[in-house]
Order: sequence, then C-alpha cells, then structure tokens
Amino acid sequence: MKPPPFDYHGPVTLGEALDVLAEAGPGGKVLAGGQSLIPLLNMRLAAPAHIVDVNRVPGLDGIEAGPEGVRVGALARHAAVERSPGAAAALPLLRQALRLVAHPVIRNRGTVVGSLVHADPAAEMPAVLALLGGSVRLASRDGEREVPAAEFFTGPMESALRPGELALSAFFPALPPRSGTAFYEVARRHGDYAVAGVAAAVTLDEDLRVAAARVACVSVGPVPVVVDVTSACGPGPAAAAGWEAVAGAVQDRVDPEGDIHATAEYRRHLTGVLAARALRDAALAARGEES
Amino acid sequence: MTTKLFGEPVRRREDDRLITGRGRYLDDLGEGALAAAFVRSPHAHARILDIDVSDAIDVEGLVAIYTWEDLPGALAEPLPLLIPHPALTHGRTAYPLAREIVRHVGEPVVMVVARDRYLAEDACALIRVDYEILKPVVGIEEAVRGVHLVHEDVPGNVGAHLVQEVAGPGGVTAREAIDAAPHTLEFRLDIERSACTPLEGKGVYARWDADDESLRVYSSTQTSTSVRMAIAAKLGLPLPKVEVIAPDVGGGFGVKIVHPWPEEVLVPWAARLLGREVKWTEDRREHFVSSSHERGQVQHVRAGFDDEGRVLGLDVEILHDHGAYTPYGIIVPIITSTQLLGPYKVGAYRVEFSSIYTNTVQVTPYRGAGRPQGVYCMERTMDRIAAHLGRDRTEVRAANFIQPDEFPYDQGLTFQDGRPLIYDSGDYPEALRLLKELIGWDSFPEERARAAAEGRRIGIGVGCYVEGTGVGPYEGGHVQVTSDGRVHVSTGLTSQGQGHETVFAQIAATELGVPIEKVSVVTGDTRRFGYAVGTFASRAAVMSGNAIALACRKVREKALRIAAEALEADPRDLEITDGMVHVAGVPSASIPLATVAVLSNPLRYAFDEEARRATQFAASGSDDRPPVAEGEEPGLEGRDYYSPIRSTFAAGMHAAIVETDPDTAEIRILRYAVVHDCGRLINPMIVEGQIHGGVAQGVGGALYEKMAYDEHGQLLNASFMDFLMPYATEVPHIETAHLETPSPLNPLGIKGAGEAGVIPVSAVIASAVEDAEGITITRMPISPSDLYALRQDR
Ligand SMILES: Cc1cc2nc3c(=O)[nH]c(=O)nc-3n(C[C@H](O)[C@H](O)[C@H](O)COP(=O)(O)OP(=O)(O)OC[C@H]3O[C@@H](n4cnc5c(N)ncnc54)[C@H](O)[C@@H]3O)c2cc1C
Repeated sequence: MKPPPFDYHGPVTLGEALDVLAEAGPGGKVLAGGQSLIPLLNMRLAAPAHIVDVNRVPGLDGIEAGPEGVRVGALARHAAVERSPGAAAALPLLRQALRLVAHPVIRNRGTVVGSLVHADPAAEMPAVLALLGGSVRLASRDGEREVPAAEFFTGPMESALRPGELALSAFFPALPPRSGTAFYEVARRHGDYAVAGVAAAVTLDEDLRVAAARVACVSVGPVPVVVDVTSACGPGPAAAAGWEAVAGAVQDRVDPEGDIHATAEYRRHLTGVLAARALRDAALAARGEES
Repeated sequence: MTTKLFGEPVRRREDDRLITGRGRYLDDLGEGALAAAFVRSPHAHARILDIDVSDAIDVEGLVAIYTWEDLPGALAEPLPLLIPHPALTHGRTAYPLAREIVRHVGEPVVMVVARDRYLAEDACALIRVDYEILKPVVGIEEAVRGVHLVHEDVPGNVGAHLVQEVAGPGGVTAREAIDAAPHTLEFRLDIERSACTPLEGKGVYARWDADDESLRVYSSTQTSTSVRMAIAAKLGLPLPKVEVIAPDVGGGFGVKIVHPWPEEVLVPWAARLLGREVKWTEDRREHFVSSSHERGQVQHVRAGFDDEGRVLGLDVEILHDHGAYTPYGIIVPIITSTQLLGPYKVGAYRVEFSSIYTNTVQVTPYRGAGRPQGVYCMERTMDRIAAHLGRDRTEVRAANFIQPDEFPYDQGLTFQDGRPLIYDSGDYPEALRLLKELIGWDSFPEERARAAAEGRRIGIGVGCYVEGTGVGPYEGGHVQVTSDGRVHVSTGLTSQGQGHETVFAQIAATELGVPIEKVSVVTGDTRRFGYAVGTFASRAAVMSGNAIALACRKVREKALRIAAEALEADPRDLEITDGMVHVAGVPSASIPLATVAVLSNPLRYAFDEEARRATQFAASGSDDRPPVAEGEEPGLEGRDYYSPIRSTFAAGMHAAIVETDPDTAEIRILRYAVVHDCGRLINPMIVEGQIHGGVAQGVGGALYEKMAYDEHGQLLNASFMDFLMPYATEVPHIETAHLETPSPLNPLGIKGAGEAGVIPVSAVIASAVEDAEGITITRMPISPSDLYALRQDR
C-alpha cells in the first residue's frame, strides 16, 4: 500500500497552482485534505502523474456567511465549517450534515469542496449542495465558471471538473424565511458513509402550510437524488401532513443498489423511513420548534 | 509498602511506554534495511503459466526478484503442517512462494527486494504473471458438493472427518436418546467468517552477520522459539546461530501463532543470500488476503430433551470451512466439537465434523478458536428448547448445569491437547445467579413493558461457556537476582499486549518479597530463554505464570540458604520483605537480597565495590569446602518449568439487553454484563481489560464483521473501510463481576482469561435479538439489513 511514483507540486499562489494544473492536464490531481485521495493513491486505485498540493495557496480557506448563503473556500476544512457560527446561523443544515461526515480527525483535514469534487454518492455534502441548489466555482488558467449542483455531479465519483481546473469555492444558498432542515442517516458504524441518508428542507407559507419541500437522498443512486415533494404534502397545515405518505413518494423515486452492507430493498425502505423523519423535523424546525 | 502484589489491580507497567509512542514494533526497527514486497495472486484458483519480470528489472533500486524456482532445499518444500492429527487424512500446506497452482487470492507468488518499499511495490506492479484460471470453490455448500476441487488429490474437498461419541446412561447412543426423548428439535445454524485483524499486521526483519555466520530475526509473532526452530530447519542453520526476537507486538489474537509464515523464512533467506538487512511489513490489504480467517461453519443440530429441558441426547454435524490450507491442523473444529457442551452435562452426545477446503484464505485459530461457534450452537439450542417448552431460558440452562460437587467432571471427550476433557473446577449455578442479579433478569419483563409503552423494542439474551485454558505441554521461567538487587525475569513465550510485564512481575515480586519496581520482565526473546511453546489458548498466565513462580521459589530457597549462613540463622526462620532477608520478627537481623546475590557468586576479580565483597580473599567461606559447593551454581538465579497434566477450565456467562429499531432495524446494545471465573485473579484490572477487549471483538463478530467473498473468491471487503471492525462507539459499557474458583491443577490456582470475553457474544446477541423481535435467529452475524429481511419474511 504505497503510491505509485508521481511528481509533487506545492504551488504558493493561485496563479502558480493554475499554471501547474494546466501543464499537468489530465495527469494532474489536486491534493486538498487528502482524506480520500491518499487512500486511493496508496491502494494504487489512482495513479496521477502530478499531485498539485494546494494547501499552501493563501486565501482559499474562507467561509463567508451572509443573508444570501454561505461561500466555502477550497481549503475550508469540514471542521471549520462545522464550527463556524456564521455558517450555522445562515444555514443550520451545514452543521447538521457535517456532524455526520466521518470522524473529527478526518473532518479536521478533509475539505468541503474536496468532498464535492470527490462526488461520492454516499457523501453528505454533495447532497446538501444538491438539495439547496448551490454551485461550485471552478478556475483554470483560462478563467472561471460557476457550475450549478444539478450539473456538477455527473456520476459516482465523477464531477464536471475538467483537467486543469481547480475548484475555488462552493456556494450554499440560504433558504427563505420559515424554512427548516434536517439530515438523518443510517450508517453501519458511527461516522461511516451512510447506508442511506436523507436531507430535507421544508419552507412554510404565512399560514404554516408547506410552500416547498425537498429531500436529497444519499447512497441510493449514482449522484445525490433530489426529490421535490411539495405537491405530495397537500394543501393542509404542515403539522397535519402525512409524512409517511410523502416519504413513500421519495421511496419510489430512488433506485438503490445492493452491496455487502445492505440490500437494495433495505436501502429503499430506509430512505422512506429517513425521509419521513427528516421531513417531519424540517417542518417542525420551520415552525421554530425543536424536534 | 507491601510486596504482596498477587491479586492487586496493579496498573499496567508497559502502558506508559506504549501509549507515549515509545513502543518498538517491527516496523520501527531496521531503519535503512532493504524492503521486501510480494506479488500475490489476484485469482482464487489458477495455474501459473508464466512469470515475466522483464519490465520490473528496470526499476531503479531493485535488488532481487525471487520465485519458487529460486528456492533451495527445504525452502522449496511445502511449509510444515504444524499439528498433524490422524483424522486429518488430507492435510495440505502452501509453498512459501506458489508452485504452479495458486489456491486463494493473496497467495504469494513472487518476492521482490528493493531499496525501499515504494520501489519494491513499483517493481511488483510491473511483474506480469500469466494465469490459466481454474474453477474456484467458494462457500461450504459449493465445497461439499465436491464438483470442483481445491486440491486435485483431495476428493470431495474433505481434509478431515472426525466423529466423537459419548454414550449416555446404560450405553445409550445420542441418536437413540434423541429418538426416545419426549421432545426433539432439529435445525441448522450458520456462522460467518471473521478474522483476528490485529492493528499491527505481521512483519519480519532479518540481519545476517557474515562474520559470525549467524542470523538475528525479529518477527511480529506469538512464538519466537518455534519461529527460530523453523528458520534453522528451513535454512539449514545450526540452532545456536539463529536468534529470534518478538519486539513489541501490536496484537496477535491467534494469527501470529501460525509459523513459519512464508515471509518468516523468505526474508531471513534473502537477508543471508544478499548479505543485507531485509524487512517486510505486512500492509492491511495483505493481511486480509494472506493471513488467516476463522469462524465459518454450518451446523446441523438434533436435540432430544425432557419436560424440564434437560438434554437427553445431542447430535451435531459440523461443516467447517478451513480455507485453502491446513497448516494448523484441525484444532479449530476439534475445539468447537469438544467445547460445545459448555457447562452442561448432556445425556448422550455425538459430534461429527468435516473440515472442508475452499479457495479462500486459510483458517487458523482466532481468539476463542472454535469456541464461539460451539457456544453459539449450544446456546442457540438452549434457547430453542426453552422456547419449545415455554420455559425461562435461564431455567433450562440451570437444569442442565454440572453441579459444584461433581468436579472433576469428565465430559468423555478428547480435547485439543489430546488429553481427556476433564473440567477441574467451577460453580455454574452461582455464576448464573450473579449474572441474573447483575443484568436484572427477573425484572426484565417490566423493563420490556415500559419500553414498549414508549414504542421501543428491547430484548434480553444470555450465553454460557466453559473454556479450556492453559494447555500444555509446558512453559519455563528464569529468574535472576543481580548484585544490584534487581530481579530479571524471562520466559520464552511472547506478549502481544496482554500485560505480561505487569502480571509476571507481580508474581515474581510476591514470591520473592521484593518491590515490583525492582522486577523487569522479558518475553519472547530466544537469547534470554530458548524453550517455549507460545502465547495462545489463554495459556500465558497459567503456564509461564506458574513456571515463573516455581523458578522464584528456587531462587528464594537459595537466597534463604545463603542468607542463613551469613546471618547465622536457620533458613526456616527467615523471610524476605521489601528486598531484605531477615529473621522473622527481628528486622535488625537482616541482609539485603542484593548482598545475597553478591555472596552467591564467589569472584576472583573486583571490578566495583559490590564485587570486592565476593572476591576470594574477602569471602568468609570455610577453607575445607570448594567456593561453589557441590550441587550448587554461582549466581542467585533459578529456572523452572511448569507442565500440567491437562488444561484448566475457566467459565463465564454473559447477558445483554439490546434495542432494535422498529423502523430502521438498527440493533443497539444497551447493556452488557459479564460474570467471569478464571480462578484466582493475579490482577483483576488486567482480567477486566482482557474481557473488555474480548467482548469488543465479540461484538464485531456478532453485529459487524464478515468476510464478503464473491463467487469468484474475491474478498470484497479487504479494508477497514468495508470490514466493519467496531469502533469504541459500537462497543457497549461492560459490567463485570468476578467469581474465583481456584484451579486445583496448578500452584497458583489460576485459569486463563485471554480469550474469554469473545466466546459467547454471538450467542448472547442472537438470544437478545431473538427475544426483542420474536424471530428465530439462525445466522450470525446479523446486520440491520439482515434483520430487515427477516422481518419481511416473517
Ligand atoms: C475513514 C473515513 C471516513 C469517511 N467518511 C465520510 C463520510 O461519512 N462522509 C463523507 O462525506 N466523507 C467521508 N470521508 C471522506 C472525507 O469527507 C474527505 O475529506 C472528502 O471526501 C474529500 O476531501 P479532501 O479535502 O480530503 O479531498 P482530497 O482527498 O484531497 O481529494 C479528493 C478528490 O477531490 C479532488 N479535489 C479536492 N479538492 C479539490 C479542489 N479544490 N479542486 C479540484 N479538485 C479537488 C482531488 O483531486 C481528489 O480527486 C471519509 C474519509 C475517511 C478516510
């Protein structure tokens, strides 16, 4: 379990990093927290010719929280975002999700943006970005582009990132007033990738009826599966909504696969159970109540 | 300060060093040594057609590439079958490097030596091996069909077949007893594979001294003395020219008792051939596919019993999957079939096992060594009987217990040491009483009702076991008091974290009457002690503990003799306290043990103050006796061995309360209680630590771990990402109570404790989940996904 040979680059400015990446082309890989890339290298599942370690590039670790949402820089660690009071105030879902990501030691090094680029369908942060309709800002020597979540996740462990590009930051848009969120998952062990998990966002109107309700499901498809269940919630007050029935609609939309940890049927079942729990608690939070 | 340390919860003396990073594990040694890496088979069953190394030759830093063709003499032969048995009619072992056929994914095919491990792995990646794929045999059912064979010359894939039968009253056979019984049950049980997975894998580091023509080998092993003998034999070296040392070892749990591993002979061989230091450190992936696994069995049970639940006849057929090779013989299924009976006396018993080849990693003992499977079988049977009769599960168990006045109790079977299975002592009814009290068995119905009122589902389970511990043939101890008053204890068996530095020092300090700070302990170093068996089968405390105590008694006797002369007293009036030999009740008439050590060795040359007192013109001995009297030896040291007639039998009972989520089918252990009897406790804190670790591994086996082989024989979860060893977050708080039924078999009255914790856990969790769910559990481990499937099938 030693990596194959590679050239190591440690650029100290963004411009230098983009130059190195441009020259490396498809043989280049960005190293951020290394919590996913290093194991891949050690198991020789990835053999990039060039590793571009961006950890010394200044200015990439920002966490900017405002009424519009939260912008997270490429070097903002999971733990920093999890603990950021501004981020938590603007979007409680960030903290709810990050507490489910791995273990504290991994969160201390792993980055939110790295997790998005890594695009593991079992990962929490891609689901959060997809649920909120956020975006990822990509930079290359030729310029920058902002890719919406719906286009960013293209398959299991595949994103829209092109050779030569660095993901600069990700933007998680805030929700309207009277919104609430929740994220529940079942993992085999504490901190493991989820067997199934559901993030929910519910927005109520002034009469406390459901104005919008969405879920994003992990581990049940090649990319986070976002389902808009607003219409299934019915016109009545949210407190009276039949969340189990709504969750049934979610279940029907996912197409999980079985593996050594769980059958496809169990994953589908769990997605329903977790969707009901997450939606109910998101609706409660939207009313300003604790679950 | 007292020197009575036996039985005290002395804090582990090794921990300070180990937890502050000062441990010296195999990979911490040999800075700058060449590194070995292996090309391993990617196929479960294949014929090697060609090995092409031409691309690898160009790797900068490459030193050597070896295949089976390069191996000389005994090295080219199959590795030893360590424990032959008449029933193992078709034992097979692997070659150090595969010869022609590979029989499991991970089997070593080529050894590469290079300047460092990175380069060695680069070269490995460039070596092309052409294989002709053969049909793999995976899973017990597939194997017993015998359509495809793991070894061409082993028909039906059956390596061993053994029947043991114990007749009941009046010579009635088990089958007759079952047929005549008022109630009968018949069912199948499955238990999956797991593995030891010590956090430190295996590792070997060898230094050849060309001037001295000697070899020093460090190995992360559970038996340095036997590795030494194996290396000497395989490399054709005189035994005195080989030293083997087990440095700090980061866990073993059984896998490191197997020897010699291919690497344990190949690395020293390469070191000698190259005249360079060579090291190999096993990585995690290698460990999963090229070490050992255990546990996988299918059991067919038939039981006949009376209205009280007393078992009149028990007939068990076991299919045991031993993987591709049998280097460790059939110890595991022998233990399953003999320890299955646990604390119970059954009317008549018949057990039959077939030990089966599959194209998977070999099976050798893993902590518990076949007992978890046996206990699972027996305890599932007890629960089935209770359910059938509508009786309390603990009542049925109690009805079958061997009673305290029935010891020694002969189960009528032949145990793993080839000796009769005779339990030495125990008190099972008392253990069960303690356990029920600890877990609150009798008040559980109310607890269940309270939980149900909150929409929660909980269940309680129980499991009992008896564990043969401290198997022979022997261990030895050497104790030396040096002239500075320090006590140096050594024993040949090895340590893998058990706390031997502490408990052996407690024994020596107690026996010799010295402060524990004066005692140092060395294990697993053949330079210090050449004769040993190894650390396995919960035997270290019993075997080496007693041997060290006996060696200390020799030293003490000699010390008293010398001191008596110096003090002009009767040795029978002397005592040793805090390192001073003194006349009982007269502390002023005393002499330090250090001085006794000086006096024990008449010297010619004075090199320091102490030595001056023992030189020929200073010594006060009489002129008409030789300075070293007949039958004496210079020095204050003693060596002795402990060799028991048979094993001693520890016992224990566990209970658990689990909660199952009605929606997600997640299983959580709410409480876990252990009553444990390992005879006299040397150190209760260490025993508890051993229990906690064992239960943790048991929880792994019950709820998380399995070896997920696909039909091609690929292990799909060969990493800690997918092989779910429980974290601290998955292991419950463990409540323990001790019972001390001394063993009459050894001087210290102790029994082994190392494996105990793991043994009944799968049985206990199965019992508790079954109780919570009302679904019969017949397969372990059980995952939430499995439980969900069972609910769907209900
Ligand atoms: C034991 C363990 C458990 C884990 N459990 C979970 C879990 O439960 N949930 C979860 O979501 N994650 C989990 N992870 C993964 C963890 O969250 C990682 O931190 C994350 O997936 C990747 O972040 P990173 O910064 O470490 O990225 P790296 O490992 O450095 O990189 C990952 C990939 O993203 C690319 N990349 C990273 N940053 C950029 C960038 N700015 N621009 C372009 N490309 C980039 C890299 O080239 C690489 O391909 C776990 C990891 C471990 C080791």
